[in-house]
Amino acid sequence: MTTTEAAPLPTTTGGLTPAVEVRGLRKSYGGKAVLDGLDLEVRRGECFALLGPNGAGKTTTIEVLEGVRRRDAGEVAVLGEDPATAGRAWRARIGVVSQGEGAGQALSVRETLDHFARYTSTPRPTAELLAAVGLEEKADTRVGRLSGGQRRRLAVALGVQGRPELVFLDEPTTGMDPVARRQFWQLVRDLRAGGTTVLLTTHYLDEAAELADRVGVIAGGRLVEVAPPAELGAALRREATVRWREDGGWRAVPTETPAAVLRDLLAASPHGEVPGLTVTRPDLEDVYLQLVGTPGGEPR
Amino acid sequence: MTVLTTARPAPPSTAHIALARVGVELRLFARERQQVVFSFAYPVVMMVVFGSVLGGDVLPGGVPFPQYFLAGIAATGIMLTSFQAVGTAIADEREAGQLERLQLLGTPPAAYFAGKAGQVLVTTAAQLALLLPVARYGYDVPLPVDLGHWLTFLWVAALGALAGTVLGIAVSALPGSASSLTTSISAFAIVLQFFSGVFFAFPELPGWMQQVAAVFPLKWLTQGMRSAFLPEQAGAFEIAGGWEHGRTALVLVAWVIIGVMVCVRTFRWRRADG
Repeated sequence: MTTTEAAPLPTTTGGLTPAVEVRGLRKSYGGKAVLDGLDLEVRRGECFALLGPNGAGKTTTIEVLEGVRRRDAGEVAVLGEDPATAGRAWRARIGVVSQGEGAGQALSVRETLDHFARYTSTPRPTAELLAAVGLEEKADTRVGRLSGGQRRRLAVALGVQGRPELVFLDEPTTGMDPVARRQFWQLVRDLRAGGTTVLLTTHYLDEAAELADRVGVIAGGRLVEVAPPAELGAALRREATVRWREDGGWRAVPTETPAAVLRDLLAASPHGEVPGLTVTRPDLEDVYLQLVGTPGGEPR
Repeated sequence: MTVLTTARPAPPSTAHIALARVGVELRLFARERQQVVFSFAYPVVMMVVFGSVLGGDVLPGGVPFPQYFLAGIAATGIMLTSFQAVGTAIADEREAGQLERLQLLGTPPAAYFAGKAGQVLVTTAAQLALLLPVARYGYDVPLPVDLGHWLTFLWVAALGALAGTVLGIAVSALPGSASSLTTSISAFAIVLQFFSGVFFAFPELPGWMQQVAAVFPLKWLTQGMRSAFLPEQAGAFEIAGGWEHGRTALVLVAWVIIGVMVCVRTFRWRRADG
């Protein structure tokens, strides 16, 4: 692998191997293949977004990488080790922002952070974590009384408490209001600035575009495309659609050379307007929908 | 592995995390008002109810019913704070995703088990400290007569609590939702109480019940408690004609050791694994 040139090295350890390397990952549940030969590489120091509709295999992929789900086949290396057999020293180097609650609803936010600080040899100070996730004012509130968004922030604090080199974020902003989402995005940027590698799953296009250095689109249990957000679906984007009205109906011509189509069209109607004439190029959402194979559908 | 982790000190030891677990388990227990009241009031209420209704009865060997029953209720109280409380709590914690977090942090299962055991020992001690004075001053039940009997009481209580904890961890691995598991655990505990001679004189139970009960720790825990509370000559009325301290210790220790080995293999951090 020779793809780490541009990646900043993490602060704790160096290393030229990618943070995550996956080859031919397969996993089925009850005979139904959820992952069907998935290949994935995440470079050290980058933020990689795994983008796909629900049921595409994002969470299963993340769980295999976290070492909490067995795989049927394929090679997996996370920070140079196989998650299925790696020990506690490896686990200390990864952080997970999970959906589960803390240690118990009856503990306060501060008590929860103080408690889990004892599970790691390199804890970030509780005060620093509270400030980083904006929970200072809720420090003495019991976890059971937090709002959904505040719980997510606590989950983030717990995920980064041990100063991990690689952080997994599985649909981190689902259920957050727009303000909380933006605060969360800033948190991820801060993590990145500290040299942490981030692998996040999302079904929000704007989130992937906002945060990720590279986006991998997952569909049918495989990665169908990997590219920086702006270049995603480059081939699809080259294709424009020329549309106009003719004989009481719509005509639409997909083409990579819209100017040529327009010239022919204008030549064919020298005297008048071409009614309803538009030339459109697909936006990110159109590209995404084509990639995941639900043309015209809504991302679920 | 050391090559990759030179920048990072080794993770905290199992013992260090176990201590943290004991602390947090006790704190959570104390804040769960319903559980506190239930765990501490149940044996006392049972003592009051049975002592008041059957206080005048005398069992074989001339032992007044409240004296015989204190041994049973102490044992059943221990089962409540160990087996029932632990089995139920683990099922709930798993369902709430708390165990998932522990798994992701690389918590050694032994540290988690030790946290449960520590919490059980403390809450059991508190429960018994409340029950014994009620029996002594409310129903004239003599407490263990000398240091030897007190020591018997202590080792039987401690081993019983540990065996109950292990059994609680073991049943939490059974499939099903937390609420269905809680129901099963309660049903099992009730049946086991009857089989183990908590409410009746054990020798009067049918032989097959006695044999089933002998497999589980509660029968031995109850018998051990009788040996601490009843007069020496009452031992002659046990099935074996004596208190069987050796066998009691053996069965309880075996439950703890074999149970821990089983639990380490069957314990699940998550509801289902694919």
